[in-house]
Amino acid sequence: MTAHSTLRRALATLGVAAVAATGCTAADATDADTITVFAAASLTEVFTDLGERFEADNPGTTVNFSFAGSSGLAQQILGGAPADVFASAATTNMDQVSAETASAPRVFATNELEIAVPPGNPGDVTGLADFADPDLTIAICEASVPCGQAATAAFEAAGITPQPDTLERDVKAVVTKVVLGEVDAGLVYRTDVLAADVTGITFPESAHARNDYPIATLKTASHPNLAESFVEYVLSEVGHEVLSAAGFTTP
Amino acid sequence: MTGSDETPPRPPKPRRGNRNRVPILLLIPAMLGLAVLTVPLLGLLLRAPWSELPQRLIGSEIGPALRLSLLCATIATIVCLVLGVPLAWVLARADIAGKSIIRALVTVPMVLPPIVGGVALLLVFGRRGVVGQYLDDWFGISLPFTTAGVVIAQAFVAMPFLVLSVEGAIRAADHRYEEAAATLGASKWFIFRRVTLPSLLPAVVAGTMLCWARALGEFGATITFAGNFPGRTTTMPLAVYMAMETDPQAAIVLSLVLLLVSVAVLAAMRDRWLTGLVSR
Repeated sequence: MTAHSTLRRALATLGVAAVAATGCTAADATDADTITVFAAASLTEVFTDLGERFEADNPGTTVNFSFAGSSGLAQQILGGAPADVFASAATTNMDQVSAETASAPRVFATNELEIAVPPGNPGDVTGLADFADPDLTIAICEASVPCGQAATAAFEAAGITPQPDTLERDVKAVVTKVVLGEVDAGLVYRTDVLAADVTGITFPESAHARNDYPIATLKTASHPNLAESFVEYVLSEVGHEVLSAAGFTTP
Repeated sequence: MTGSDETPPRPPKPRRGNRNRVPILLLIPAMLGLAVLTVPLLGLLLRAPWSELPQRLIGSEIGPALRLSLLCATIATIVCLVLGVPLAWVLARADIAGKSIIRALVTVPMVLPPIVGGVALLLVFGRRGVVGQYLDDWFGISLPFTTAGVVIAQAFVAMPFLVLSVEGAIRAADHRYEEAAATLGASKWFIFRRVTLPSLLPAVVAGTMLCWARALGEFGATITFAGNFPGRTTTMPLAVYMAMETDPQAAIVLSLVLLLVSVAVLAAMRDRWLTGLVSR
């Protein structure tokens, strides 16, 4: 009997807790104007900045971000992840979710690859040809993510077979390994070089490795109008300035 | 519910003559608990591309990834055995100060997010790490991005499973055989090898099994510390993660293989561990 009542009390407490928990999140989602933006990892700093500016210009709104490799985000959107806006680092990943987009994708920025080396350049890296040196420790992006596709294009243009030691899941993972000095060189975006404590080396073949960044609202959007105004904000004069300052080329 | 005389899955021993009815208040959450653990795996089976499975198994990166996974998990388990059993003995028997702190430290990797373990390993054994810089300068050894790095990451997360199960067994073991051996003049090392260790064998096998399974499934510490390169550091869990971003069907196939290997080993080892206890 006592065991029963204890169990019942425990179950009741659990039930109350569960109701309280779901009640809270439901209230948060409806009361405040919150949008969720899925954005490429390379947009981390610049979109965090843009989100704060957007919130300041639109009091009462909240912009939540989920930053990751574009291909992973595309799969999450296809899997039904509740996102309002998708900003991809490549048109290919935007094409993958074409059935889920509510607006036509628009290119808001272009990025170029650059070689990132740790401060002091311990591996004496001078150009893309060093990526074929098996004695150097090299990190590049996995071929399925945009920075990996851009890297492949650059290596093809240069006629180089790279000898990477690790294929990272997104560009920020490459940057981290360079910052920590664990690799002698990594192939990342120019914007990442500007954002992190690494040294950048430009190379002529980067012209063949330009990435277009498209942005679109999604059908799953809980606040379609707010999602649309965020997209407009990214494409606005303010957006251009913030993106340019971060090293992106804007159309 | 009409199935009131249903018994929980895999009862430890058949109990004849005793109906052993499970109270409904326990049965319902128990069944829900079972569902939580098994339905996701059923989903994997239901969504698997069975018709194209054979050609996917042949024409993909499963072979090298699985081979690397089995190799690394086995080496990591051997490392854990060599270091972990003595550690368990020290924790259970040795008269040293601060043992509760040592035990807490041993347990930490079990509850720590593996990615945190990976960051810690990188900061210590990385090329610029606290220990790693000397390994690199003096011996030219660099552990990140190598198969050895995978083994270290796996051993880091898996060893607590071995240590804790063996320690528990040592505590519960009967001291009298060791005492008898000691009165007959056996040295401490001889007693450990010939008396303590054999009596602990079932617990060591059980711990080894858990340790191996945990090493096989290791992801976070591996991708952070050892990176991802096919044939060198891309173990099955990493291959699943990478495939999920581009080819979910391939990820399902890879997951199925990993699930099959894990279940087969757990099932095989469990019998040996249980019956081994009786026959010895």
